Amino acid sequence: MSDSLKMIISAIVYIIAAPLAGGLLAGIDRKITARMQGRQGPPLLQPFYDIKKLISKETVVVNKFEMVYLVTFLVFIILTGCLFFSGCDLLLIFFSLTTANIFLILSATSGNSPYAHMGAQREMMQMLAYEPMVLLTAVGFYLSTGSFKVNEIAKSTAPLPILFLPGVFVGFCFILTIKLRKHPFDLSTSHHAHQEMVKGITTEFSGQMFAIFEIAHWYETVFLMAFMGLFFINGKPHSVIIALIAIAVTYFVEILVDNTNARLKWQQMFRNSWIVTMVIGTVNVFLIDVIVKGVL
Amino acid sequence: MELKMILFLVLFPFVSAFFLSLTKNNSLRKAITYTSSVAVIGVSVMLALSYFSGGQKVLSFMVHTHEIDMLMLAVEAFLMALVVVLSFKYKKYYVALLSVAQTALMFWYELFKEPESELTHIYVDNLTIIMVLIIGIVGTLITVYAAGYMTDYSKHHTDVKDRRCFFFAMLYVFIGAMFGLVLSSNLIWIYFFWEITSVVSFLLIGYTRKPDAISNCFKALWMNLLGGLGFAIAIVYLGLVFGVTDLNELLKMNGHGVVLPVILIAFAALVKSAQLPFSSWLLGAMVAPTPSSALLHSATMVKAGVYMLLRLGPLMSGTYAGAMVSYIGGITFLAASMLAISVSDGKKVLAYSTISNLGLITACAGVGYEETIWSGILLVIFHAVSKSLLFQTVGAIENATGSRDIESMHGLVKRYPLLAWTLVIGIAGMYLAPFGMLLSKWAALKAFVDSGSIILVILICFGSATTLFYWTKWLGCVLSSTHRSRHRIDRTHKGEWLSLFSHTALMIVLCFAAPFISQTVLMPYIQGVYGYTNEVLSHDNIVIMIIMLVIFFIVPLVMFRISKKSKLKKADRYINGVNCGDQQSFVDSMGEPKTLYLSNWYLEDYFGEKKVGVPSVVITVILTVVPILIAMGGAVK
Repeated sequence: MSDSLKMIISAIVYIIAAPLAGGLLAGIDRKITARMQGRQGPPLLQPFYDIKKLISKETVVVNKFEMVYLVTFLVFIILTGCLFFSGCDLLLIFFSLTTANIFLILSATSGNSPYAHMGAQREMMQMLAYEPMVLLTAVGFYLSTGSFKVNEIAKSTAPLPILFLPGVFVGFCFILTIKLRKHPFDLSTSHHAHQEMVKGITTEFSGQMFAIFEIAHWYETVFLMAFMGLFFINGKPHSVIIALIAIAVTYFVEILVDNTNARLKWQQMFRNSWIVTMVIGTVNVFLIDVIVKGVL
Repeated sequence: MELKMILFLVLFPFVSAFFLSLTKNNSLRKAITYTSSVAVIGVSVMLALSYFSGGQKVLSFMVHTHEIDMLMLAVEAFLMALVVVLSFKYKKYYVALLSVAQTALMFWYELFKEPESELTHIYVDNLTIIMVLIIGIVGTLITVYAAGYMTDYSKHHTDVKDRRCFFFAMLYVFIGAMFGLVLSSNLIWIYFFWEITSVVSFLLIGYTRKPDAISNCFKALWMNLLGGLGFAIAIVYLGLVFGVTDLNELLKMNGHGVVLPVILIAFAALVKSAQLPFSSWLLGAMVAPTPSSALLHSATMVKAGVYMLLRLGPLMSGTYAGAMVSYIGGITFLAASMLAISVSDGKKVLAYSTISNLGLITACAGVGYEETIWSGILLVIFHAVSKSLLFQTVGAIENATGSRDIESMHGLVKRYPLLAWTLVIGIAGMYLAPFGMLLSKWAALKAFVDSGSIILVILICFGSATTLFYWTKWLGCVLSSTHRSRHRIDRTHKGEWLSLFSHTALMIVLCFAAPFISQTVLMPYIQGVYGYTNEVLSHDNIVIMIIMLVIFFIVPLVMFRISKKSKLKKADRYINGVNCGDQQSFVDSMGEPKTLYLSNWYLEDYFGEKKVGVPSVVITVILTVVPILIAMGGAVK
């Protein structure tokens, strides 16, 4: 009973705290980005002001289904994080994330709007690019710790997962850029509306709808960064500190990459992601399989 | 009592087929199909109930069957004569050769060499019951659907000679043969029904008698007869060397000792379940009217192949027969799902997806661990229902709109809402969390890691990504709406709806019932085969799956209610030019209105037939031929 109570409490904490943390991360991102570009940058809490303004605006839709799918997208994104923080099965968590993304695509294509449609096709391309690596990462964790369950991985007595999974970690960082919608892989939408795709998948989202999309992105960012931390956690208490440092470094590197790279074509993204997955990811998984068998 | 039911299931479809072949009157034909369907479904469910209320005790019947054996030989001779006549008529002599070779082999063995045995010929366990329910419910519902569909089909296709009597008769022969196949335990009997399904599918594919139908049906025939030849050789070899022609006796033997016969039977099963390099026959089968595709893809034919493989699974585990089967399955899973991206014909996408999913089941069977067999069987159940639903829906869409191309399904949700939503349920059932197919894929992935098949794991990881792409593309297309797409009158027949609704209901019920089915049906079966079980689905994960399922249905429904009430303001789409107001055209820089057209991505440069098809066929040919040669070498020594 206490276990399920713990699960429910951590899920609730995630639901409340994640948007705050996510918004703050977005604020830090904008601040650092501005400094990298030699600007002053907006105040740290600017993302929250933006959301407030977006919500106060009138929402216009292109049809009645758009909102339905978008809210379902948000709910599944939140569910993904809840499952993660309550320590569930990694594969289940990623399946939930995938389902969420499919609802985002449905929301964009439902209006038959050309730019949103193109954005949605590219979003599918992105999913095609990162999905193998995501599943391989879960498999990597299973091989190195003996469990798919997040709470068991986090409590494992084995050495830090990163020691077994350096290749998988690099591969996951590569596709993390796609997931965080950062340069050079922000193909389906970008923060700026001056690309050839206008705003891509979010073109037809306005007012509250765009706010929902942004909040979902915050939830997702928090989940993804926490997942990066999982590489650096085991049963020992001090590993939490290592994990926090690792998360900060990873996030900083993502911002650096974002600011130092130009967008690539979707063909390049797709090819490179699969090559990275094939080369670094699979070789790493093969090796741990050999090591684990050798030890046993 | 059970024996009576079993005999009814095997024989009654043949009786229906006989009457249907004589019935020219459409309403009488409908009456016969409806009553036969009700009877078959009723008896299959009764058999299942009486089996489970009897405490799941394995049933076996019929020891002395000399007369029946002779009757079967007579039928086999008739089938051979039919194939020979038809192949001479269409100048495909090699097909006749294949047929004569295996029939002669079986005649020689059965008349001169077969020892007297005291073993039963009919055998029922949990897996049999699952197959009986699939064939009984899904199979006969398809015939109900066909009763409505074929009325329209013959109206639309006036160039095709109306041979509906023959068509319906063949559907029921097929169902009868499938019942026979899954209820027999004697390999010679299984082979007999196996051959009937090969020949009947050949006749169904050739229904229209157009040139492409003729060439495709002969392709299906020669491939399946080649498999059948392998099966026949395996039986004779087993009989002569080991004196065993019973499936259950075979399963008790040591896997390493019987690699050759097992690999040959597995070969026959791989062909039947359309695995690479033999997938092309199932793609060619598309030319036949949709009900026969639905039947071939869901409840019968291809399922006979994977049924055999799942039975052989424990025996193949750890041998190179198992390695061959699992790698061919894994490669087929990935290659077919890539190819499915590159085509836009709805039925073709479905065909590739069938091949791909069967690949996963095959891989599960080849690995032969208790978890993989568990997920393989679950995949069979879910795939049968959702694929049958999808084929029937696409057929109904084709009758309504005149096209089955994915591109022409833009805005289907506005034009034909009911058909669109059944299609969506079918697609969701194929790949979305938390529906059944995904549940089993998940278990399979776990089991592959446990069994140390890292190559299979990698194939599954990539194959899952490609599977996502083609289904999501289709889903987005169906659920998009344009202002121009207006509601149209749906002329789909009542009978078709009856089948579609039953399938949809079955699909949703199955999703919620999956843990229950696992606990009461699959686990005891695994226990029976392996003597032990592992918890495949933990309690926590079942709870989460149910939560996801509830969210999946509740959130969109509630949101739909709210957004309907709130009356959000509707905006014009952004087209980067002045929108002409119809959301379909814009004013270009010359001041002229231009109409826009949105198309999906098919990525032929990456996943086209040339890029993926050819290399995967080459690899799988090698993977098929080499192990068989090695096995032959081993057997000769």
